[in-house]
Amino acid sequence: MSAAGVVPDLGPQAMPAARECEDADGLIALSRAAGTDCRQIEFAVPDAYCVTCINAIEGSLAKLPQVKSARVNLSQRWVRVVFASDGDVLAIPEAIRRSGYRTHALDPVADGQRDGVMSELIRATAVAGFAAGNIMLFSVSVWSGADPTTRDMFHWLSALIAIPAIAYAGRPFFRSAFAALRVGRTNMDVPITIGVLLATALSLYETFTSGAHAYFDASTMLLFFLLVGRSFDHLMRERARGAVANLARLMPRGAHRLLPDGTTAFVAAEAIEPGMALLLRAGERLPVDCRVTSGSGDVDCSIVTGESMAVAVHPGSEIAAGAVNLSGPLTVAALRPASQSFLAQMAELMESAESGRTAHRRIADRAASIYAPVIHLAALATFIGWVVLTADWHTALMNAVAVLIITCPCALALAVPIVQAVAAGRLFRSGIMMRDGTGLERAAKVTDVAFDKTGTLTLGKLRFAGQLSGRADDLALAAALARHSQHPLSRALVAAAPDAPALVATVREVPGEGLEASLVGGGMLRLGSAPFCGGAEGESGGTEVCLGRDGRVIAVFAFEDVIRPDAAEAVASLVAAGRGVEILSGDGASAVARVARRLGIARFAARLSPEAKMARLAEAAREGRAVMMVGDGINDAPALRAATVSMAPASASDIGRSAADFVFMNERLASVPFTLDLARRADRLVLQNLALAIGYNALALPLAVAGHVTPLVAAVAMSSSSILVVANALRLSLGPDLVARPAAADTAATAQPLQGAL
Amino acid sequence: MNGLVILIPSAIGLGLVALFTFLWSLRSGQYDDLKGASERILDDDPPRRG
Repeated sequence: MSAAGVVPDLGPQAMPAARECEDADGLIALSRAAGTDCRQIEFAVPDAYCVTCINAIEGSLAKLPQVKSARVNLSQRWVRVVFASDGDVLAIPEAIRRSGYRTHALDPVADGQRDGVMSELIRATAVAGFAAGNIMLFSVSVWSGADPTTRDMFHWLSALIAIPAIAYAGRPFFRSAFAALRVGRTNMDVPITIGVLLATALSLYETFTSGAHAYFDASTMLLFFLLVGRSFDHLMRERARGAVANLARLMPRGAHRLLPDGTTAFVAAEAIEPGMALLLRAGERLPVDCRVTSGSGDVDCSIVTGESMAVAVHPGSEIAAGAVNLSGPLTVAALRPASQSFLAQMAELMESAESGRTAHRRIADRAASIYAPVIHLAALATFIGWVVLTADWHTALMNAVAVLIITCPCALALAVPIVQAVAAGRLFRSGIMMRDGTGLERAAKVTDVAFDKTGTLTLGKLRFAGQLSGRADDLALAAALARHSQHPLSRALVAAAPDAPALVATVREVPGEGLEASLVGGGMLRLGSAPFCGGAEGESGGTEVCLGRDGRVIAVFAFEDVIRPDAAEAVASLVAAGRGVEILSGDGASAVARVARRLGIARFAARLSPEAKMARLAEAAREGRAVMMVGDGINDAPALRAATVSMAPASASDIGRSAADFVFMNERLASVPFTLDLARRADRLVLQNLALAIGYNALALPLAVAGHVTPLVAAVAMSSSSILVVANALRLSLGPDLVARPAAADTAATAQPLQGAL
Repeated sequence: MNGLVILIPSAIGLGLVALFTFLWSLRSGQYDDLKGASERILDDDPPRRG
C-alpha cells in the first residue's frame, strides 16, 4: 500500500468538504469559556489511534501561539484545545489537518450531557459498593450471634451508613420510578424503589425498637448490583448517536450567489430561492438541488446514488444537494429551496423510519411490565394473609417486606445488560462495533439479509477487467496517457499497466469527457467516453473507456467493481443458516445482475431510489420477515433505519455509519453471519438468564411468604442469583473470534478515501 | 467491646479513604482516556506545555 496514492484523493474531496461548514463565528459558538481570556473547544480526530498520532496532533497545535493547551483523548478520538479568546480560531482545525488528520468541531452539548449520566452512575455504584461492604461487616457479626446490646449498636451504625448511601445511590432509580408513576405507568424501577424504601423504613423502625432483623445490608447490596447492571446498560446505549443530527452537519451553510454585476456574495442555505444563480467552485458542496446553466465538469454524487464514480455534468444537467464539484467552476440555478432538497428529504425519511424501529420493545421492559404487578400482588397478599391469620401487624409487615426484597429484580436487572456487555465485547474483539444495545435483540430475529451492492458486496473500487477491442500494446499506450490524470478510471488503467511510463506530450484534461494529448510527431490521442474519442453514443457504457486516435476509436477497455474477497463465502454461510439473501441496489440492472450471479444470489432489485428501498423493507415487514440491511451510502441511510436491524462497513459514509446498528471495521463480510449467530446465542442466553432469575424468585417466594426469610437468607439468595446470571452470560465469550483479513489494512486504506471522505 | 471502639472507626475510616480516593480519581479525569494513557507511556519525549 502506498500512502502517496491515498493523499491526492483526500485533496479534492475530503478537505474542502469538511472546511466549508467552518467559520470563525461557528467555532466560537461551539466553544465555551475556560478561565480568563481563554476558551475551550473539542475537535473530533477519527483517524488518531496511537502515540504517534497524539504527538503529531498535539505537536502541530502547540506551535500555534494562540493555543494554550491541546490534549488528545484517544478513547473518545477527540482533541480538547484551550485557546486565547482573541486568537485566530480557524487556524486550529487547519493545524490538525496539516498534521494529516481529518477533523471537525464537536458539539459540546450533546457530548457533555452523556458523560454526566455515566459518571453519576459510576459515583453511585462506588458509594453503594462502599456502603454494602461496610454494612456487611456488621451484619456478619450480627448473624454469628452478637449479644443484643452489640446488635443494636451495629444496627445503628449500619443505619448511619445506609441512609445517606441509599439517598445518594438510589437517585437514578427513584427519579425514573417517579417519572413513570406520574404518567400512570410502571417500569422495572417502581418495584425496586418500593422495595428499597420499604426495607429501609422497616429496618429503621426495627433499629429504634431494638428488633432482631434489619435489612440495611440487603437494601445497599441490592442497589449496588442494580447500579452495576444499569452502568453496563448505559454504556451500551451511550454509543447510539442521532444520525439526523449528523446529516444536518453535512449540509453546507450556504453558497456563493452570482450577482448581476459579476461579483459573488455568500448567501445562507435557507435564503436560497428557486432560480437564483449560484457559483459552485471546485471542492464545494451544493446546499440545494440545482440545474447547471454553464460550465461542465465532474461531480461526486456518491452521497445521492452511492456510486463512487464521478458523474459528468453539462449545461442542463440536474444535480442533487450534497453533491461535490470535483473540477472547474460551475454556474448553477437553484431548483428548489433548501427545505425541499435531497438532503432535507433524506433527513425526513430517516426520521419517519425511526418510528418503525421503536416498535421493538426491549426484552427487559417487557419482563418488567409483567413482573412488577405480580410481585406487588404477592407482597400485598402476604400482608393480608398474615394479618388475617395472626392479627399481628408487625410480623405481617416484616414478611411482606421480605417478599419485596427477595423478589426485587436484581438478577432480572442484570440478566439482560450483562449478556449485551459480553456480546459487545466479543463483537469488539472481532472488529464489529455495536452502536445500539437493542440491535442485538433485533438481530436475533433476522430471517433475511438485504445487501447494497456498491461499497458493501463490492469494495466500491474500479478494477481493469479486460480489453474488449484493439491491439495488445494499446493498453500500455492508454496507461501512459492515463498517468496524467487522477480520475478513478485513469488510476485503474495505470494499475493495470504499471510499467508504462508517462506519455511525453501536452496532455489536457477535458472536464466530464476525458484526456486529450497532442503527440510530438503529430496526431491526436484521446482517452474517455466513446463520443469523445470519435465513436458512436452507446458504444461504451459507464464502466468502459475508449482510446481514440485522430477521431477514431482504436481500443475499448472494460472496468468492473471489485467484489469483497469473502463476499461469496459470507453469502453461502447465510444461505446455509436458512436465511434469505437479496440485493437492493441503486445501480443499473446489468451491473447488479453480474454481481448477483457471481455470488449466487437469486433475488435482486436494481435502480432503487432510497424510498423504493424503504418500501421493499416495509413490504418484507408486512410479510412477517425481519430483514437485516447491510449498506454504506447516504442513499442507504433511510433503509438502514427502516430495516429491523442494520449493518455498515467502516468505509461507509458518516451517515451510513451512524444510521446502522453495527459497524464492521474488519473489512470482512463474514461479520454479517458472525453477528447474526452471536445475536441468536445472546438471545438464548438472555432468555436463560431471565428463566434463572424468575426460577430463583419462584423458589424464594414461598419461603418469604411463609416468613422464613431472614436478612441472612436474603443476602445469600440475592448475591448467589446475581453471580449465577453473570456466570451464565460469560459463556458467550467462548468460541473463536472473527479475525481481520491479513490484507485488511491495505483494502481499508484504499477504500476509505473514496467513500469515507463524505 | 473495647477493641471495637478502635476497630470499627478504623474499618469505616479506611473504607471512606478508599471511596474518596476513587471519587477524586474519577473527578480528576484519570479514567477519561484509558487508551490514551496506555499509549502515552510509550512516549519518551519530555512533556510539552499543556
